[in-house]
Amino acid sequence: MKKNNSSTKELTKQEAFVKAHRHYHHRISFYRIFIFALFLTIWEVCANTGIIDTFFFSSPSRVVLCFIELVTEKALFMHIGITLFETFLSFFLVFIIGLGAATMLWYSAGISEIAEPYLVVLNSLPKSALAPLFIVWLGTGTPTIIVAGISVALFGSIISLYTGFKQVDPEKITLIYTLGGTKKDAFRKVVLPGSIPTLLSTMKVNIGLALVGVIIGEFLAARRGLGYLIIYGSQVFQMHMVITSIILLCIIAMGLYQLIQWTEHYYKKKV
Amino acid sequence: MPKPLLELKDISYSYHSLLAETPALSHVSFHINPGEFVAIVGPSGCGKSTLLSIVAGLLAPEEGTISFQNPDGSLHYPKIGYMLQRDHLFEWRTVYQNAVLGLEIKKQLTPENIENVLKLMKDYDLYKFKDKKPSELSGGMKQRAALIRTLALNPTLLLLDEPFSALDYQTRLTVSADICQIIRKSGKTALLITHDLSEAISLADRVIILSHRPATVKFEVPIHLSLPEDSSLAPRNAPEFQYYFNLLWEALSDEKK
Repeated sequence: MKKNNSSTKELTKQEAFVKAHRHYHHRISFYRIFIFALFLTIWEVCANTGIIDTFFFSSPSRVVLCFIELVTEKALFMHIGITLFETFLSFFLVFIIGLGAATMLWYSAGISEIAEPYLVVLNSLPKSALAPLFIVWLGTGTPTIIVAGISVALFGSIISLYTGFKQVDPEKITLIYTLGGTKKDAFRKVVLPGSIPTLLSTMKVNIGLALVGVIIGEFLAARRGLGYLIIYGSQVFQMHMVITSIILLCIIAMGLYQLIQWTEHYYKKKV
Repeated sequence: MPKPLLELKDISYSYHSLLAETPALSHVSFHINPGEFVAIVGPSGCGKSTLLSIVAGLLAPEEGTISFQNPDGSLHYPKIGYMLQRDHLFEWRTVYQNAVLGLEIKKQLTPENIENVLKLMKDYDLYKFKDKKPSELSGGMKQRAALIRTLALNPTLLLLDEPFSALDYQTRLTVSADICQIIRKSGKTALLITHDLSEAISLADRVIILSHRPATVKFEVPIHLSLPEDSSLAPRNAPEFQYYFNLLWEALSDEKK
């Protein structure tokens, strides 16, 4: 009887811990949603009482109306689809080209030393400055936008992947050599599998940067996509359209980040 | 007198930088007979690891020659197994996948070789952990897994670069005796590098003392311990142990002056 008692007591301690933990996280979630709701309420109230001018600042209810209007009259989902497609394609190409380039730099110390100043300059160069060139070279349309998306994310991702590859314990590489392996084996058996966390964190940054690049591209060289809607809306002074598109971009950015987060989670579970 | 498996003659090696040349080894000569277990002891930083890298063929000596005489009479480089200071088991592979890494690299994943690895794992109590991650193993088990990874390629000569230095003292005593026994049973020739005198005396057939940098062979002594019992601590209790310890201690401390 006594034994039973003590075990229930222990259980409650564990339960209390779990409860406290959950409580903490519920509170975090609550405040996150609370701040969001508060912001929307203040915005709506200010707009309706005339403290801010809805012509410039819109309001949540007008955004919803505008959203419905865009869906029915301007094929909003087509624009979202285009932006997403361009972002994914840029991201995918950045991933392939970045991985390939970083691999090459890892293989050859000479090439990496030669390339270093170029990478540093290209990485710090504001890529939006290049966009007009891309338009002249590639015309207006999808290729320009994809190239803009790639240009924003590529150089940073090469640098961070290469740095990640270099940080692999040199003794682990020696191990491959002691087992009779070549440099190729060292890359395939140690460097690449050892760099998967770096790879995932680079992807997390890249998906966001690809979206940035695609929007820059759409500002300048598109007739479709959310970037186009923003520019078009500002030109015709339709601030509802601009703000609706920006909010959609927020949601997209969040979704894309979450997608990589899930991939990372899945990978960690597997390992 | 059997032909030595490995013979080093006047090996010298220096590290170069733009500012200076740092000699690491200077005219090192010694040999190892087939089946022998030789320990090399030297002050830390004297170039022991450099020497091992040269024997393993990872570095080319600047001067001197290394010659091999394989058991079958051939003169080419024998199969060498190299055990590093830390186990370096890969966390993204299971214990078994780590053990067959060498076979995978050498493209020798034949049924016999796999059978051999599994047998080694059974012999050394790792079989039931074969699908676990390395982080779930104890320090001693990790070291045994690393040894199986090395033995899987069936090397003629084993090089051990302070393979026990990362273990805590107690584990170190049992694991070193354990691993030494595994090596002796398999009839391999082994070259152990250590800075621990008692480890060298208790494990090796012959101890070579190296001098300070640039290292050269300072002293060499064959070890004969009369072992009354077969336990991991027995060599350390042998009556001759103290004698060898003092002898080698003198040789090493001479060097320090």
